This record gives sequence, C-alpha cells and structure tokens, in this order.
Amino acid sequence: MVKLTEGRGKELFRKYGIPVPNGVTVASAEEAEAVVRSAKVPLPCVVKAQVLVGGRGKGGAVRFASTPEEARAAAAAILGSEFQGEKVREVLLEEKVAIARELYVSFALDRTARLPMLMASAKGGVEIESVDDAQIDRQLIDPFPGLVAYERRRAAKALGLSGPLAADLDRLLAGLYRLFDREDAELVEINPLAVVGEKLLALDAKVSIEDDASFRHPEYATIRDDRTPLEEIAREKEIAFVQLDGNIGVIANGAGLTMATLDVLKEFGGAPGVFLDLGGTDDPKKVSEAFLLMAKAKPRAVFLNIFGGVTKCDTVASGLVAAMGTVPASERFPLVARIRGNNEAEGIAILRAAGITSVPDLRASAQAVVAAAKGTA
Amino acid sequence: MTVLVDADTRVVVQGITGHQGTGHARAMREFGTKVVAGVTPGKGGSAVEGVPVFDTVRDAVERTGANASCLFVPAPFAKDALLEAVDAGIALCVLVTEHIPFHDMLVMYHYARAHGSRIIGPNCPGIASPGKAKVGIIPNVVFRPGRVGVISRSGTLTYEIVNGIKEHGLGQSTCIGLGGDPIVGTSFVDALPWFESDPETDLMVVVGEIGGTAEEDAAEYIARHFTKPVVAYIAGRSAPPGKRMGHAGAIISRGKGTAATKIAALEKAGAKVARFPYEVPEIVAELAAKAARR
Repeated sequence: MVKLTEGRGKELFRKYGIPVPNGVTVASAEEAEAVVRSAKVPLPCVVKAQVLVGGRGKGGAVRFASTPEEARAAAAAILGSEFQGEKVREVLLEEKVAIARELYVSFALDRTARLPMLMASAKGGVEIESVDDAQIDRQLIDPFPGLVAYERRRAAKALGLSGPLAADLDRLLAGLYRLFDREDAELVEINPLAVVGEKLLALDAKVSIEDDASFRHPEYATIRDDRTPLEEIAREKEIAFVQLDGNIGVIANGAGLTMATLDVLKEFGGAPGVFLDLGGTDDPKKVSEAFLLMAKAKPRAVFLNIFGGVTKCDTVASGLVAAMGTVPASERFPLVARIRGNNEAEGIAILRAAGITSVPDLRASAQAVVAAAKGTA
Repeated sequence: MTVLVDADTRVVVQGITGHQGTGHARAMREFGTKVVAGVTPGKGGSAVEGVPVFDTVRDAVERTGANASCLFVPAPFAKDALLEAVDAGIALCVLVTEHIPFHDMLVMYHYARAHGSRIIGPNCPGIASPGKAKVGIIPNVVFRPGRVGVISRSGTLTYEIVNGIKEHGLGQSTCIGLGGDPIVGTSFVDALPWFESDPETDLMVVVGEIGGTAEEDAAEYIARHFTKPVVAYIAGRSAPPGKRMGHAGAIISRGKGTAATKIAALEKAGAKVARFPYEVPEIVAELAAKAARR
C-alpha cells in the first residue's frame, strides 16, 4: 500500500475537482519564505509537516505564521525533525481559513459486502473511530452504476447540508469516487471537510493506493513509504520481506505458513526478526536472492520452513545451497531446514549433500532453531 | 452429492500454454480430473500434452463441454479472462492468479454473481475432492479420500494441515483454499453450507488468518446453522499491528481483525481452536476416534 502525504493527496484532489485551500509543498525554509512573499500562499498561513503518522496537531507538526519570516521560522523548526520516528522532508504551506463546521467523508472497501462504502459524518475533525456509530452514515456503492445522485443527496442530508453547500458536496463526492476508482485507491478520506462561508474545502487528504494496481499506475512507484531499506530491496525483487524486533530469520513460502511459523517460534521462546515469504516461485535464483537478503538482515539463526507446491522443495534446496556458498564465513549463521511437499525427497537429497539435515517435525525444528539463536544448540 | 466438483467436472485451463498452466494441467490430470481444454488467445488449434488449445473460452465450451475453469492468467489480464469465462457460461472459476487489484475484483465478483458463476479465489490454491477432481494447484501428495472437509484462507498452510490429516491416517472429503485477498469470490460463510449438506463430510476444519472479519462471520454462521464438529486454526497470533503479513488481507489495522477476536468468536461458536498447525490433525484424529467409538 502506498500512502500519500497530505500534499500529494491534495494534488490529486485538485485533479479531480475537489476544492482544497491554496497551498504549496516545499522542502526548505528559504522556499517557505519565498512562496509566502510571492503571495502564492496568502497570509496568515498554516505550516504542516508532510508525514504519514497521525496526531500532527498535538506533536507540534502544525504551526501558524502571519509574516514571511514566521513562515520561514516555522518551516525551519519542522523540517528535519522527527514525528513518531518519521523524518520530515517537506512542509505544506496553506492559507488559513475560517472554519464554520467540520465534517467527514470517505470511500473505503467493505470486505464482507465486497463493495465500496461511502461514510459521511457531521462529526468531522476527530478520529472517525471515536465517533458514535449512530452519527456515521454508511452507504454501500455498487461499482456498476458507480456513485449515483441519490446517494450523494443522502450524504448531504446526513451532513446537514442544503442549498449551495449541498450542490458543492454533490460535485465533491462525484470527484472523490472517481478518484477512488480510477487511481485504484484503498482509502480516500477527507477529515475535516470544512464549511468555509458558502463553500466546502478539503482541509486534509488521506489517500492510499493499492500496490497490486502498480502495473497501471507506475507514477506511484517512486513514492517513498514506511519500508526499511532492506524491505525496499525485497520489494524490487518481489519478495515479501518484513522486519520485526527479534533475531530469528524465517524463510517460508506462503503468508499463512509464514505467520504460523512465527506463532510456533514464539511459543518455544524464539523471537522472529525477519519474515521472508518466498511466495510461489520455481526459480532457484530467486531463492538464492532471498537467502542473501536474509543474510543482510544479520539474523542469529535462520529457519527455513517450506511446504512445496508451486515452489518445489528441490528448487528451494538448490537455491539455498548455491547462496550458502557465496555468504562470507563471518556472516554465516546456523540454519534449521524443514522441507515438505512436492519433490521433498529430491530436496532433502540436495540439502544432505551440502551437509544440511531437514527436520520434518515442525515442533522439533522450531525448538532447534530457537536453541541455535540462543547459542545453546 | 459432493461439494462443487465431481466426476462430471470438465476443466478448461485458461493460460495453459504458460509454464504454470502446463504443469498444473498435468497435475490435475494425474489427480484424475478431466482436463478437456486449454485457452490461450492466438494459440488456438495447437495442443498441450494432448489437451486441445482454443482461442476463446466459448470455443472450448462448445467443442469440449467444459464447465469449470482454472485461471493462470497474469493479474493485468485476469479480469478480462474471468469475464470471458463467465460469459461463456462457466459455472465454476478457480482464480489462482495473485496480485489482482481489488477494484478489478469488485467488478469480477459482482459480474460473476449476477450471471450465476462461482469464483474461488483470487490468489488461492483452489479446490480438490480426492478420488473425484481437482481444480487448482494443491499438491496431489497431501490428499487421501476421507470424511474431513477443509476450508482455508491460506495456501501452503492448507497443504501442511491437509497433509497432517493424511499422516494421522485420515482423509479429506473436499478441500477448498479460498485465498487471502481482501475480496474473495467465496468466503467461509459461502462455503460452510455446502459442507453442512454434504453427506460425505463428517467434520470440518477451518483455517483462518488475521485481517478482516471472515472468521468472525464464519463463527456466527457456525453457531446458528452448522451442526458438524469444527476444528479451527488462526495464523498470525504473534503478528504486530500495522504490518502487512504477506497476504494483502493479512494486516491488523485499527485493532480489528486480530487473532484474539477470531479465536474467541470461534470458541464461543463451539469450535475447537488449535493453537498451532500441528494440533489441527491431532484434534481431528481425537474427534474422529471418539465418533467411531460411539
């Protein structure tokens, strides 16, 4: 999932005709002062850190400025600082507006109904989770006609809007649904959606784009997100790789089996540190790459738990053995292997020739790797 | 009577000329499945290991009587291929393909439903009924005919557990891998009624994982309507919130979809919940032995 910063989200909003305050994203205090001086951003203005974590208001990540000098100072104070571990690389400068009311609207997926859901609430400006269920209007949207006019009218009523504001909402929701659909978004959320005079303005933008749609949205591929550098390399190699807090590396195939392996390790006192899901592959080279990536994460011990289906046991074994040969002695780690399923006998033979024994029992193999990580094996 | 597939199941493999398509078409035949046709646009008139290849699904249906499809079509083209199968009147579509955008799945699911077709998947290992037919990619070696029904959101974890059932001297009636994506054509709640009315199933295994509320929905259904014993396992108890655990659907967000809520719901519904995958066949064997003594 690619989460967009507020600034990028608002660029998309503009493209889809959703009204946002006048604003500019900058990466330095000098630029901040310049955009205010050139009146691209009217004063007084808001200076907001472009980070993906929530609760920016309370953390000092949102400041106000009435002069170009103040804008510069505010940007200087925010840029380079960290909010909940996330470093600020950009700030958004935006005109300050007089808010009459704060509303909430979003489109997301309802997995049970297998339909998009429009949520609207007159209680905007706070986390939607904290709003009473009765104060959130929910409508399931059929993708075939898409969002239709009566659904937009119902949302306007739920938000208590009439006249020109209802007409504004009608256009805004039509644009927001188009964005959700065409950009392959998982979530589009405006909170708060502000009533400013006789107009609606999206004061915040929360947009996340689905990874699986990247084949038709190459433009999102370059956007940084919350992956670690190793996770980023793994992504390029199409390996599911997640870094956790422990010291045992887990290489498995399939999400369910990988998660189950972590559960078993934890039961026996192990602390999983990296989770690497080979997925379905029959390319020994990909297995080698995955293994070398695992070595970079410097685990104390590695547990290879494979149930061969698409990914055959002999493919994994030969990829593993090939990679082992290239890991420098100083970076080697104890390995416990358990390979079952398709071509199990062939895989076991390849491992045995390289001096590795496959432990078929999941309990026994998990206990062995936990002991190895603790240095007691 | 059987669940979804039987001796009359006639499979067309969409994407049969690809590496995966060819290999799995062979494995399905070795399982005993009638693989009657393949489809790859532009390669009509050829054959793959004796299976005739057609340009369109409609041709395949008209010439071979295919009534089920197994799709190995890459994600960018999966929607088109699935809609083609539905339009050709294919009743059962097993969508093996992973990484299909959910906006495409929204359209595929509702289109198939409106036209009376059933989708299993996407990103799933498919369905198998030992001694009858297999549509999908579950390794043949894990099966043995028997009376345990299995439904699961996982792939390899399903193999692991099905294999464990075999190693405990039992067998399976039908096993369905539903897939781990946010939108699936068939959920636990869709599949459970088939097993409830299947005279060949005595006992049910439900394998879930973190994310979403499919297991909670299943628990509600089990409590109200399901009369056979249920053994369940939920993967991902130790998964941290906010980290996507491989499957697009497997993420704990905003405190929802945790293993704890799923386990509690299933236990309340009367299911025996295993803590680890290897406990599932152990509990199944115990229940089967108890039933045999009665």
